[in-house]
Amino acid sequence: MSHFSPTAAVSYFFNYFLMKGVLVTIGLTVAAVVGGLILGMGIALLRMSSNPVLAGAARFYIWFFRGTPLLIQLVVIYSGLPQLGIKFSVITCALVGLILNEAAYLAEIVRSGFMAVSAGQREAAWALSLSPWITFRRVTLPQAFRLMIPPLGNSINSLLKATSLASVISVEELMRRSDMLMQEHFQILEVYAAATAYYLILTSVWDAVQRRLEKHFGRSSAAKTRRVAASAPVAQASVEARA
Amino acid sequence: MSERSMARAEGATVQPQLRGVPAVRMEAVYKHYGDFTALNEVDLKVAKGEKIVVCGPSGSGKSTLIRCINHIEKHDEGLIYVNGVELDHQRKNIDAVRRDTGMVFQSFNLFPHMTVLENCTLAPMTANGMSEAGAKDLAMHFLTKVRIPDQAAKFPGQLSGGQQQRVAIARALCMRPKIMLFDEPTSALDPEMVKEVLETMKKLAEEGMTMLCVTHEMGFAREVADRIVFMNEGKVVEQAAPEEFFKHPRSERARTFLDQIIH
Ligand SMILES: Nc1ncnc2c1ncn2[C@@H]1O[C@H](COP(=O)(O)OP(=O)(O)O)[C@@H](O)[C@H]1O
Ligand SMILES: [Mg+2]
Repeated sequence: MSHFSPTAAVSYFFNYFLMKGVLVTIGLTVAAVVGGLILGMGIALLRMSSNPVLAGAARFYIWFFRGTPLLIQLVVIYSGLPQLGIKFSVITCALVGLILNEAAYLAEIVRSGFMAVSAGQREAAWALSLSPWITFRRVTLPQAFRLMIPPLGNSINSLLKATSLASVISVEELMRRSDMLMQEHFQILEVYAAATAYYLILTSVWDAVQRRLEKHFGRSSAAKTRRVAASAPVAQASVEARA
Repeated sequence: MSERSMARAEGATVQPQLRGVPAVRMEAVYKHYGDFTALNEVDLKVAKGEKIVVCGPSGSGKSTLIRCINHIEKHDEGLIYVNGVELDHQRKNIDAVRRDTGMVFQSFNLFPHMTVLENCTLAPMTANGMSEAGAKDLAMHFLTKVRIPDQAAKFPGQLSGGQQQRVAIARALCMRPKIMLFDEPTSALDPEMVKEVLETMKKLAEEGMTMLCVTHEMGFAREVADRIVFMNEGKVVEQAAPEEFFKHPRSERARTFLDQIIH
C-alpha cells in the first residue's frame, strides 16, 4: 500500500462531489468579502469618528475579533449560541463567523487607507468648493481604495484558506468534502493533492485578479510611488495569521 | 509677446479699489491650538485688487492667517468678512466665501489619480454644474494661460514641480475666484522652477486679481506687492509698502528677519 497513485489524484480532482465543495468555498469567500467589506467600512467609520464612545466600541470590536481564533468564533456561534436559544443553519453560522471576523481585518485596512490620504487633498477639495460627498467620492475614496488594494488582496487570500475552518462545523466546502472522500476511500495523499491543487488554483487566480486591479487603479506614476511608500504599514494589519 | 502685453493693458485699467466693500476684513481674530495662540488679535483689511505679501519667521502664523480666510482653519474669536460675507461658521457662508477664493498650497495638493485636465474640470463640473465640454474649454483656457496646455492629458506625477504648481494655479482659476490665496507657493520647488511660478503669479497680479501671498521671495514682494504684512508670534507686527518696509522696518523683529533672509 506504500505508493501514491497519480491517476487516483487526478480522478479526485475531477470528482463532481469535490467540485461542488470548491463552489461552496468560493461562495463562502465571496459572501464573506462582500459582507465583511460592508460591515468593515461601517466599523472603520465608527473607528474614525470623533465620538469617543463610538470609536471605543469599534476599537473593542476590532480588538476582540482579531484577538481570538476564527475557529473558536465559529464553534461558539455554531454550538455555543444554541445554549442561549440562538440557533442558525450551518451555512448561516459559517457566514456570520466569517463576516464578523473578516470585518475586523477589513475595518483596519479601510481605516489605514483613508488615514494615508494626506490632509492636503481634502483641503484642496474644500478650497475648490467641492461638497463633502464629492470630496469623498472623487478625491478621498479613489486614493484610499488604491492604497487598500494590496492589503485587501492579502486579506482575501487568507480568507479563502480560512474558509476551510468552516469544515469543523460541518459546512461541506472543499476541506470537508475532501475529509469525507478520504474517510470513504482512505487515499489520503491523493484526495488532499486534489484539494491542494484547488486551493492553489483559487489563490493564484485571485493573485492575478489583484495584480490587474493594482495595475488598473495605479495609472499615474506619482500615485504608484506613493502607494509603495504608504502600503507598508497598511499591509501589516492583514498579514497576521488568523486561524 | 502679445498675450502678455494684452494682459498688462487689461491690468492697467484695474486699480485697487480703496472704497466700497473690502475683499477681506479681519477684526480681532484669534486662533488657538490648545494652549497655543496661533493668531493673536489680528486685524487686517485688504482692498479689492490689492496685492498683499505676508512674511515673517516660521511658526509666526502666516499659514494660519491665510487658511482662516477660506475657513480651512476655523478662527476662534473675532470677525472675518470676505467680500462682505461674514465667515460665521454657517455652511452657506463658508461655501460662498470658498467660491470667491482660490488657494494655492506649498505642496501643490493636486489630485494624483486624475489627469491635469480632470484636476481642472472636477470643481467646475461638480460644484458649478458646468457641462463637460464647457469645463474642458475653461480648463484649456487657463492651462494655456499658465503655459502648459500640452500637459493636459498627463498625471501630476509626470510633471515637474513648477509645472504642477502652475496646474494648481490654473485649477484654482477655473472656479473664477475673486481673491487668490497663496501659501508659500514656491517653497517646495527646486530653484530653477521658482521663476516660472512667480511669472505666472505676476501675470495674475497684472490682471487685477486680489492676492494674499505668503512668500519669502522678496524680489517678488518688491515688484508686485502693494503692501507687506509682517507677522511674528501670531500678531501682525508691521504693515507697510515694500520700499518702506525694506528700507525702514520699524520693529526690531522685522529688522532681524530681513537680515536673515536678505544677504
Ligand atoms: N493643526 C495644528 N495643531 C497644533 N498647532 C498648530 C497646528 N497648525 C499650526 N500650529 C502651530 O501654530 C503656529 C503657527 O503655524 P503656521 O500658521 O503654520 O506658521 P507659519 O505658516 O507662519 O510658519 C506654529 O507654531 C504651529 O506649530
Ligand atoms: Mg506656513
